[in-house]
Amino acid sequence: MIVLLKRDLALATRAGGGFGLAVAFFLILCAMVPFGVGPETSALRPIAPGILWVGALLSCLLSLDRIFALDYEDGSLDLLATAPIPLEGVTALKALAHWITTGLPLIAAAPVFGILLHLPGQATGWLIASLLIGTPALSMLGAFGAAITVGLRRGGLLLSLLVLPLYIPTLIFGTEIIRRGAEGGDPTTPILFLAGITAGVMALVPFAAAAALRVNLR
Amino acid sequence: MSLLAVHELAAARGGIRAVEGVSFTLDAGEALILRGPNGIGKTTLLRCVAGLQPAVEGRIEMAGDSVAYAAHADGLKAALTVTENLRFWAQIFGGGSVEQALAAMDLTALADRPAAALSAGQKRRLGLARLMVTGRPLWVLDEPTVSLDAASVERFAALVRTHLAGGGAALMATHIDLGLQEARVLDLTPYRARPGRSRRPAGFNEAFA
Repeated sequence: MIVLLKRDLALATRAGGGFGLAVAFFLILCAMVPFGVGPETSALRPIAPGILWVGALLSCLLSLDRIFALDYEDGSLDLLATAPIPLEGVTALKALAHWITTGLPLIAAAPVFGILLHLPGQATGWLIASLLIGTPALSMLGAFGAAITVGLRRGGLLLSLLVLPLYIPTLIFGTEIIRRGAEGGDPTTPILFLAGITAGVMALVPFAAAAALRVNLR
Repeated sequence: MSLLAVHELAAARGGIRAVEGVSFTLDAGEALILRGPNGIGKTTLLRCVAGLQPAVEGRIEMAGDSVAYAAHADGLKAALTVTENLRFWAQIFGGGSVEQALAAMDLTALADRPAAALSAGQKRRLGLARLMVTGRPLWVLDEPTVSLDAASVERFAALVRTHLAGGGAALMATHIDLGLQEARVLDLTPYRARPGRSRRPAGFNEAFA
């Protein structure tokens, strides 16, 4: 099964794979917010956690439709469905590959973009922690949305509409961790909630995504 | 021992029955060619056998994980080389030798070329070479010879013959003569589903079709 992960990582990093697109989008988004609300610390500091999380979430969304659409078009998905690997494993691995190529670069870049938004220094660690805990759920839920919309023309837009509401709990607890961290409070409760959401999503969603794929392959 | 037994199978495409009442068995070493006009349901039937869609009616009996499926799309990644593409499927299926499969479809000279730079016929040959690395006994092939030249068709027929001699079986839909004299032919025309015959639903999904 590790072969599938390796192939997806190789495809993402080769020409036309779209690697780095999400980070570039994240950068542009974070760079544009000060133009919109003004560059003062007093304006940016309170909204920085929210902007960073919304930015990460939207950047993640950009490449979601590629999770299954490319494999569907070239017939690989049919072949994977007849392969000895369970389809649940395929969906989980593809979500993992998406997280490694999209989520991890976002996490690595987020502290720098935090500076752009005047995020207090003591909150940077919490920003990384919240993204590390929360973004796997974004990729997994995204894989579910991609499985539902695979094979649809212009499925990308529908995918966004389906997936974004599912991201709300992750967004709420993710920003809460950073906010409490920035104010010097105790972020244990939101961390536990965020971890719980991610764990639940990773345990249940591969089955839902595989079921959606099976219906779409008919 | 038969590798595949199909009993009174009915298959639907988009909620509409295409063929019904199809029965056949396929033993090791046998090839069965499905024929019939466009739209009769050859692809639909093959997808049922491959397990990609459920049969509306009837039974399909075979050992689990015995099907290698090849259809119009070859499942190739343009950014990967010929060898990488083939090695990926070999590792996924845990099957045979990549070099042997390349040689069998005359792809050795193209081994390091990215799949994006292959012609349609070469891509097809690579897609068919994949069958060898799956190590599966039952080949389910949907129009395997599309865009192949005469020499490649012969090479492919030899590949199928070797597979049959090794105890495998092949079920394929094709319009051209492969030169496989030993293959049985099943014409699907008499099995065309007749809508007026009875008002049986094509399945639960008909409500959403």
